[in-house]
Amino acid sequence: MDILLSNLPGLLIAIPLLGAFITPILSRAGDSIRTTWILIITTLTSLCGLLVASRVLESGPLVYAFGVDALSHVIPPDSGGIPIRIIFTIDPASAFMLIIASIVGFCITLYSISSMEKLSGKDGFYTLLLLLIAGVYGMIATGDLFNFFVFLEISSLAGAALVAYRIDKGVAAEAGLKYAALSTLGGMLFLVGIGLLYAQYNSLNMAVIADRMQLTSLDIIAFVLFFTALAMKCGAVPMHFWTPDSYAMAPSAITAFLVVSSQASLYALFRVCFTLYGGQINPLTVGWIIIILGVLSMFVGVTMAIPQKDVKRLMAYHAVSQTGYMLLGVGVGLAALSSTCLSQSVGMMALKGGLFHIMNHALYKGLLFLTAGVIMYRCGTRNLNQLGGLGHSMKWTMVFFMIGSLAIAGIPPFNGFASKLLIYESTFLFNPILAVIAMVVSILTLASFVKVFHSMFMGPVLPEYQDVKEAPMPMLIAMGILACLVVLFGLFPQQVVDMLVAPAASALVDYHGYISAVLGGA
Amino acid sequence: MIESFTLSTGFGAWNAIFWVIAFAIAIIIGWLIWSRGEKTYDTSAGSTAPFLSGNAEPEKAAVHIRAGNLYWGYTEALSGYYRFIKPFHTGNLSDYFLAYLLVTALVLIVVVILK
Repeated sequence: MDILLSNLPGLLIAIPLLGAFITPILSRAGDSIRTTWILIITTLTSLCGLLVASRVLESGPLVYAFGVDALSHVIPPDSGGIPIRIIFTIDPASAFMLIIASIVGFCITLYSISSMEKLSGKDGFYTLLLLLIAGVYGMIATGDLFNFFVFLEISSLAGAALVAYRIDKGVAAEAGLKYAALSTLGGMLFLVGIGLLYAQYNSLNMAVIADRMQLTSLDIIAFVLFFTALAMKCGAVPMHFWTPDSYAMAPSAITAFLVVSSQASLYALFRVCFTLYGGQINPLTVGWIIIILGVLSMFVGVTMAIPQKDVKRLMAYHAVSQTGYMLLGVGVGLAALSSTCLSQSVGMMALKGGLFHIMNHALYKGLLFLTAGVIMYRCGTRNLNQLGGLGHSMKWTMVFFMIGSLAIAGIPPFNGFASKLLIYESTFLFNPILAVIAMVVSILTLASFVKVFHSMFMGPVLPEYQDVKEAPMPMLIAMGILACLVVLFGLFPQQVVDMLVAPAASALVDYHGYISAVLGGA
Repeated sequence: MIESFTLSTGFGAWNAIFWVIAFAIAIIIGWLIWSRGEKTYDTSAGSTAPFLSGNAEPEKAAVHIRAGNLYWGYTEALSGYYRFIKPFHTGNLSDYFLAYLLVTALVLIVVVILK
């Protein structure tokens, strides 16, 4: 048992990878065996993620080196103080992201059991799904830049294959190709950035590089390559064009996890700004670049969402818009923390708001994509012009959709309101115009979801949907878990902020703590 | 007890429990008003049917307002903005690459100038 507990960070990746590669073999034994296997693997992976997160939140950053039995062997005596092994560094910020990935990962797998039931090619689907989950966990947990690139590629390739999973007259294949091509370009430029740092600092470990960072011209080029690759992966405007294409065409459960995958990129973007280049890069400049990307994402995302007729494409544009809030919060946090005119508490509050919104968005946007998936599953269309009157027969789905819609629009007492309140108040003190834009975007978001709600659920029962039934039980349970969390996080936001968000925000700001956790104060 | 559920923003506070209590009170007041309504009202004699100036009621499917008919005024008012923003969303992968590389170049210039 002790061995298992001490190797939990390694198991985070090992379990889904093992599960992925055994799935095609087990699929030969039948659907029920494969389903049981997938559920066991996902449950174990999520439990592992939650256990690691709780250990980190209780006892501080966790450094795990593959292939050594004692932490003192992480840095070999003859390596010049450079860790040469694959190292996972999990601090409260990573733990925060692990919790998100664990919850959503479990829910989407449970949902997929029903949503994929009638479709063929399930062995490939679940293999890719587990690879995607492993990739996202790896991106969150690793403390090594090259490892991050590897996990980024795993998640991108698995994600692209899953986007194209339903051929759908070639449209899904085209969306998958776009996702793969852009991810590959971003990944390659990210790799160039890694090369530039490795050439100078002789290490791939983030803590070592952060410790030795001189901010040379090459470092700045590497920073920009990292920054834009990760901003593109999280769907920031004007690099968001792939998002509606891919999110709309992927199976809904996959779309819900692609949101988490994008947020893992967002987390990495913050890690680069706060930890890798912490104290070196000009925080005011970078903060304002993030703010501008955030404002563009918020506004363009929501205004492009309103005229959409495809419900998933509409939600994808809203995902872009909500990413804008996270960028705005963290950008204001970065800029305000370096400001001499504002108190540190403004910056910390904005940072907490941005991070809290990441968690809230994963929950309510995951829920919304799952409800859209139920509509597609039962009615066979995503076209809002063809839907209507479903509230008569799909009452639970309607309630879950309402919860998700009110949360994304920032209506109290749901979780979206709590994080947006933190962002509004801190942003208002930083620059009132930004806060006004954020509030206007929330109103437009509400307007957009009122339209979707009316189009899908209101009105008389339409003849073509007279026989439509409620979603199957596993899909309802998956949506129910997310809906309960959306409500609970909204009712008790201070507990979430105190237990999860504040430690994550402090860990991001404290780059010295990250470095000393790995190098032992070296 | 209730204070422990108050979200402190540093400059203000928000307590969802108070909001839920206020919401519940509003619902109870609404229910009380509704429950004092006329109980003998007969709904079976067509008194709740729509009156359409003597015209026959259209099919149910025909009266549902579809998504395409919603927010016409909004999109019309912002047609200039949409004429500007929509052409950027070409669906062409080459344009996606171009946007990404342009932003990379722009961010590099800004970071170098303002480092």
